[in-house]
Amino acid sequence: MSSPASPGRIARVFAALHARREVAFIPFITAGDPDLETTAEALLTLDRNGADVLELGLPYSDPLADGPTIQAAATRALARGTTPGAVLDLVARLTPELRAPLIVFTYFNLILAMGIEAFVGRLAASGASGLLVPDLPVEEGDALQTAANVHGLDVIWLVAPTSPPERLRRIAERTTAFVYLVSTTGVTGARAEVASSVRTSLAQLRALTTRPVAVGFGISTAEQAHAVACLGADGVIVGSACVQLLATAAPEERLGRLAEFSRQLKEASQTLPAKS
Amino acid sequence: MGRQSKLCDILNVSFTTQIVTFTAPQPLGTLPDSRGRFGRFGGQYVPETLMSALAQLEAAFNQYRHDPQFLAEFTGHLRDFVGRPTPLYFAERLTTHWGGARIFLKREDLNHTGAHKINNALGQALLALRMGKRRIIAETGAGQHGVATATVCARFGLECIIYMGVHDIERQKLNVYRMKLLGAEVRPVAAGTGTLKDATSEAIRDWVTHVETTHYILGSAAGPHPYPLMVREFQAVIGRETRAQCLERFGRLPDVLVACVGGGSNAIGLFHDFVDERAVRLVGIEAAGEGIDTGKHAATLTAGRAGVLHGAMSYVLQDEQGQVQEAHSLSAGLDYPGVGPEHSHLKDIGRAEYYSVTDNAALAALALVCSTEGIIPALETAHAFAYLGTLVPPLNAEQIVVLNCSGRGDKDMGTVACAMGWGEAE
Repeated sequence: MSSPASPGRIARVFAALHARREVAFIPFITAGDPDLETTAEALLTLDRNGADVLELGLPYSDPLADGPTIQAAATRALARGTTPGAVLDLVARLTPELRAPLIVFTYFNLILAMGIEAFVGRLAASGASGLLVPDLPVEEGDALQTAANVHGLDVIWLVAPTSPPERLRRIAERTTAFVYLVSTTGVTGARAEVASSVRTSLAQLRALTTRPVAVGFGISTAEQAHAVACLGADGVIVGSACVQLLATAAPEERLGRLAEFSRQLKEASQTLPAKS
Repeated sequence: MGRQSKLCDILNVSFTTQIVTFTAPQPLGTLPDSRGRFGRFGGQYVPETLMSALAQLEAAFNQYRHDPQFLAEFTGHLRDFVGRPTPLYFAERLTTHWGGARIFLKREDLNHTGAHKINNALGQALLALRMGKRRIIAETGAGQHGVATATVCARFGLECIIYMGVHDIERQKLNVYRMKLLGAEVRPVAAGTGTLKDATSEAIRDWVTHVETTHYILGSAAGPHPYPLMVREFQAVIGRETRAQCLERFGRLPDVLVACVGGGSNAIGLFHDFVDERAVRLVGIEAAGEGIDTGKHAATLTAGRAGVLHGAMSYVLQDEQGQVQEAHSLSAGLDYPGVGPEHSHLKDIGRAEYYSVTDNAALAALALVCSTEGIIPALETAHAFAYLGTLVPPLNAEQIVVLNCSGRGDKDMGTVACAMGWGEAE
């Protein structure tokens, strides 16, 4: 399996941040909730208010890896008739205006339904930089990886606190952009604390790869983003909190509050301890 | 030259004696392969967090599946606690009614807890004990798997949490009470349609969250590897007994095996011992709900497309975009838009036949079996009975049909009473 010949956009973003000793802020939102127009405005808002990489979720009927917040957002988006095709059209329209690279988060069945080659080709043509498939472990991922390599897209593989060393190694070897470290056993959604296992997992990954590591699942506040940054993560991924904000804020305040939240989270992620 | 004529010899011999060696060089019964594949189906499509738990489960299953002590314990409990072997019963009046092949019922409804589900729940509980996992979770549709799981958890002193859709809780109340009485916590799932699909998703989410302390007793021959293999092996006792009973009684194997298919565990349990016996027809019956044409059905193998649901590649009821569709069936246990990967494979290679029958046909069959045999089958099982009217009459009286009478129908009396116009059964 060949890797893309040159580092992709996402890797370049991480390299630039690293040079400035910054941590990447990676917000996630669900496409089509409350509607696709708001999704477009929200992505532009995040892009202009501190987001370094944007993660856009395709709504799916059976989101196994998601907690109640993102499940509910997906259900609402599907009820409005949001389709993968419409979301990819939106991405194609937006990417020329976006500074940050965009990753699409999708369950595997949506890719299969369109066909792996067709999906990846269309995603690449839309100007997206990569994709992340939460129900596709590396063992089942050869066909997707091959197609992504052909089209110059990064596949973001996830590692979990339960991944044994040999799996971490295999995933790290596959990684072209960054490793997505799932902070805790469980589904997406806000949690009271950052799991202590993050420190151990980060240390294990550091020994295996020089690729950046971003931490996600359960990070919803500036304090938690700060804590994760202090543990040495290269990126902080915040999903359910953004989705919740879009779902609950009054329509006229939505984008303003999202902008403020995004700036806060970016700032909180930057307070790095002195490196020894 | 010599090689060529040798090949001709082999071909001639093989064509005259056993043509099947060319279409299936590998015995079907040895599937899945090491990656959990039945042809293009199966595999492990789950979040990374679960991969090590699946590997651990596979290792434990492989360690104990041939372990004499484990097997002695398993078969001992099947005999003394479950009540096996179950009878192979001649349905004499049903045979007369349809006129044609002789109909025999494999009486899984006589198992403790009233269905085949206990075979698998028992096996997995014994495995969980050996893995040191004392918190058990399960999904349930009709409640039969939930009751079976709650039962074995009570028997072995394990904590038990059952996920059940709110719609199913409503239509299978009796089983909810049974689970509670047995000490299980029944967690209602309101997401989606509040049926088996949603309960399964929620059980998987629980497992992702508590994976280090918890074993998930999946009730169907579905889900990620090793579940389709493991559930099949624990249910295969049905087919092994059937074979032995047929050989003892008739001195030969049966001609046709029939079973209902939701996820497909009772069917694969009956079929497994016969998949490499090409003379034995294997027939699975799905739920056509209000009719395939209405779109309100649960006939996954009949009307689905290959896709991924709940951890495996298999046939799935889905729309053009790949969104999983709602299934519809009067029977909660068949109300599922997926199916076990091995059934998808057996369909693709033409080894098993799959048909579907409607809610109304199942209800009529249920009434017929009650009045002709004095047996009240589960609504799920009634779907298999409903197909006998198509299957049996063209066959002759020398032929033997074995139907897996997978469960008893006490749990369905509310639904049946409503459908019969007897008013609310409460």
